[in-house]
This record gives sequence, structure tokens and C-alpha cells, in this order.
Amino acid sequence: MAYVARKIPFVGTPDTNPETKPYFEGAGAGKLMIRRCTSCKKVHHYPRQLCPFCFNDCAWEETSGKGTIYTLSVMERANPPYAIGYVTLAEGPSMLTNFVDCELGALKIGQDVKVTFVKTEGDGPSLPFFTPV
Amino acid sequence: MSLKGAAYIAGAWEHPTRKAPDKSIALLHAECAKGALEDAGLTKDDIDGYFCAGDAPGGLGPLSMVDYMNLKCRHVDSTDVGGSSYQVAVGHAMEAIATGRCNVALITLSGRPRSEGQATGTAPRPGNPTAPEMQFEYPYGPATANLYGMAAARHMYEYGTTSEQLAWIKVAASHHAQHNPHAMLRDVVTVEDVVNSPMVSTPLHRLDCCVISDGGGALILTKPEIAKSLKRPLVKVIGVGESPKHQMGGNIDLTYTAARWSGPPAWEMAGIKPSDIKYASIYDSFTITVLMQLEDLGFCEKGQGGKFVSDGNLISGVGKLPFNTDGGGLCSNHPANRGGITKIIEAVRQLRGEAHPAVQVPNCDLAIAHGTGGAIGTRHCGSTVILERE
Ligand SMILES: [Zn+2]
Repeated sequence: MAYVARKIPFVGTPDTNPETKPYFEGAGAGKLMIRRCTSCKKVHHYPRQLCPFCFNDCAWEETSGKGTIYTLSVMERANPPYAIGYVTLAEGPSMLTNFVDCELGALKIGQDVKVTFVKTEGDGPSLPFFTPV
Repeated sequence: MSLKGAAYIAGAWEHPTRKAPDKSIALLHAECAKGALEDAGLTKDDIDGYFCAGDAPGGLGPLSMVDYMNLKCRHVDSTDVGGSSYQVAVGHAMEAIATGRCNVALITLSGRPRSEGQATGTAPRPGNPTAPEMQFEYPYGPATANLYGMAAARHMYEYGTTSEQLAWIKVAASHHAQHNPHAMLRDVVTVEDVVNSPMVSTPLHRLDCCVISDGGGALILTKPEIAKSLKRPLVKVIGVGESPKHQMGGNIDLTYTAARWSGPPAWEMAGIKPSDIKYASIYDSFTITVLMQLEDLGFCEKGQGGKFVSDGNLISGVGKLPFNTDGGGLCSNHPANRGGITKIIEAVRQLRGEAHPAVQVPNCDLAIAHGTGGAIGTRHCGSTVILERE
């Protein structure tokens, strides 16, 4: 079945939560940004200013954009169908995403994927999605 | 101080409706409250504590409903953790009763998603973008069915669980629902029926999903002295536990639910183990929900849930662990998209010996009612209640 892209909705704007604005600015520039704790050095997702492991401040850094599929589910009831899943990033944390530009039925847990960016509806920001390597 | 036995479930009532286009949500709550009071043999003026969750209309926790029902309360609580809120409410009501903050606690749940035409499981629902996760999740289309589908897919990958094994859970529920005149789906189904039903979100088929129904239910909890003055069989709360599970900063592990954490304190308080349980009400938003909770509550080893539920092991009179003998959310109802309270009500029926004779468990003296609210694919709460017939 040929891949059919769906429209990607967004709620609010990148300004809604000043804490995460750099994430969306990065995505607009083709970078998947993640936060690393300046104290315990752990990375996490979704991004927070205060580290969810030790409550110290975090800094932004760019990821490699590479990861593997942790799990996925293809919503066949939707039109067009879409594949939601978690990607475990090479940097460690897993993030919720969709898999795009691929045969949805062929996606497998453990598969290598890389980031790609898709603009959301209307005036919405670009967001990271993943596609098989 | 252990809370064990500090409260009894003196009244339990389930609304018979499954579609109520002509009733308000507030009226459904009040009808459930009236039914539970009559069941207990108490009156409205006896209530001095009220417990509800996010399905209560009005937006300020319990305030609209205590006003509507004209209750005079000394204590209220509206902890909202989705469908698991009502097991949590049992624990909180027991604490309030044990510490003298109320003597007769009312818990209600009601809603009408069926009449309101909600595409409950398949349509992502946008929330307030100030919720910290919203802008990182909503664009990717998280709906209830695919959030549970992701957990099912990972469970299959790690443990070899199959769609046929999941189907056995629905088969067992349907065997029970045939005896429930109020159940939405009363036809007995086979494993083949389930795996051949249309795919909703891989690997979950339509018959792996619960129904969408209107309705509700209510419970009355009292202190022991009051319960023993009433004419109903005594159902004592002997164990409670609650715990949320979430994404843990991105350390995602969808192979287990919060039952892994809510179960142990409940077992410890009750002083019993899973093999002592005669009847289990297990939250059944989807078949995978049941399978994972059974593992996490200790009814079988992690990863062995598929084998445990197969071959009718959950069917009353057939298997070792009769579950959801009213047909559960998979076949009977899922009022307000929240199945927690109906789980407790059927457990009370079993302990009183008032379940349908075709599904009544003989000598049923120990039962569990476990809830899961939210989504196991992102964040949810597990809540466990263990009950004893005295
Ligand atoms: Zn840290």
C-alpha cells in the first residue's frame, strides 16, 4: 500500500510554553534537540528545564537523529492510516513519534530509523518524525 | 496503623442503562447514589463523605454534585486518575472513615459517551497545550486504541504473546455476558471471531476493545459498626493500593503496568496472595490491559499472561480464575469510558453470592477489583482493592 501522508495537527504555538521553544526552533532548522542535565549529565525527553532525574538545570544539545523502533501501532481505522510509535534514540531516551514515507505494514520493532521533519498544519511548527534508514 | 478492615462496602449499585440520551449526567450520578443507598438500607441524610472523579459534571471536583444532590458532607475528595479513580476512592474513603472524617462515604461514577457520539478509542483528543506533554504527543495522533496497541505490540515482541491468546480474554468475557440481560454484547464469541474482526490499531482488533456505553454506578462505604447494623452481607475492604506509572523521563518500558506497584501494598495489607483469590475483576479497556495486569498483580509470571488466559482459564466454572463475570467492559458496559466502579460492583455481587447463578463462584470469600486509568502507552494509574466476605 502506497504511503499517504496525513495532516499533522498542533495545539497552541511554540510560544505557549517558553521552556520548550528552542525545541521547535531546532526542528525548524532541521535539528532534533534534546536536553542534557548539567549536573547528572543524563538526557531525557520530552524536554524540561529541570532535570527529571535530579532537578538541576539542563542544557540543549543536538541529537544524531538516529534511533531504533521500540514499539509501534498502525491505526488502520484512520483515513489515511498512520503509524505511531516510540523511537529509542541513540542518545538513550525514547520519544513518541510517527513513522513516515514508508510502507507502514513493513515496520518492525528493533528497526533502525532516522529523523526527518514535517511541517504541521496551518502556521504550526515543523516537528521530528522518523523513517527507516 | 493498618487500614485493613477499617471500612465495609455496604451498598453497591450499577445503573442498568447502556444508552441514556434523555438523562443528564448529574441525574445519572444521583440515580446511582439512590440505588446504592437503597441497596445498603441507608438514606441520603446518612452520607457525610462524597467521592467522585473527572466524570462528575461541573468542573470543580465534587462541588456541583454535592449541590445537585443536596448532600451535607464533612469530607470530599475528587482525585481523578481516569478509570482507576474509583478503586482509589475506596482507599481514600477507607482512610477518611478510619480517621473519623466521615462515617458514610458515597462514591459515584456516571457518563454518557455513547449518547454523545464520542469516537472514544480512535480519535486523538486535543487537550490544553499547557499540559507539558501535549505538544510532544498530540501531533502524533495518540488515541486510546493505539496507545494500548503499542503496549500489546511490545508484549508480543518480548514474550511471544499472540493475538489468539489475547482473544481468549474476550471469549471468556462473552461467555459471562450471555447471562447478563443488561450487557451490550451478549453473543458468545470464539477466538476466530476476535482475530477475524476488523483491525482497529495493530495488533488490536475491534473485539479486543471494550464497548462504548452510557451508565454509571455507585458505592457506599461505612465504618464497621454501621455496616454490621445493616441487613446486607458483610463485604470488608482488606487491601488497597494505588500508584501512577509514566514515561520516567523517556525511559519507556511498556511491558508492565502500574499494577506492579499498586498490587504489593494491597496484598501486604490483606495478608493474602494471588492464589487465595476466588474471583477477579480486572480492568478491561482492551484485552491486553487484562493480560498485563494479571501478570503484574502476580497471578502468573511476567510474560506468561498469554498462556494463563488461554483455553478458558478466565471462564467461571471452567478455569482457575473467574474474571469479570458481568461481561466487563469488553461486553457489558464502560460508563463514562471508565470501568473502575463496575469492577468493584461485580466483585461485591460475587462476595454476596448475588452474581448470576450461571457465573456465581462457589464459596466466594476473597475477591480483587483492579483498575487502570489513563493510557498504558504514556501515563496511567493502577489501583487495587481486595475484598473479603465476612
Ligand atoms: Zn540531572
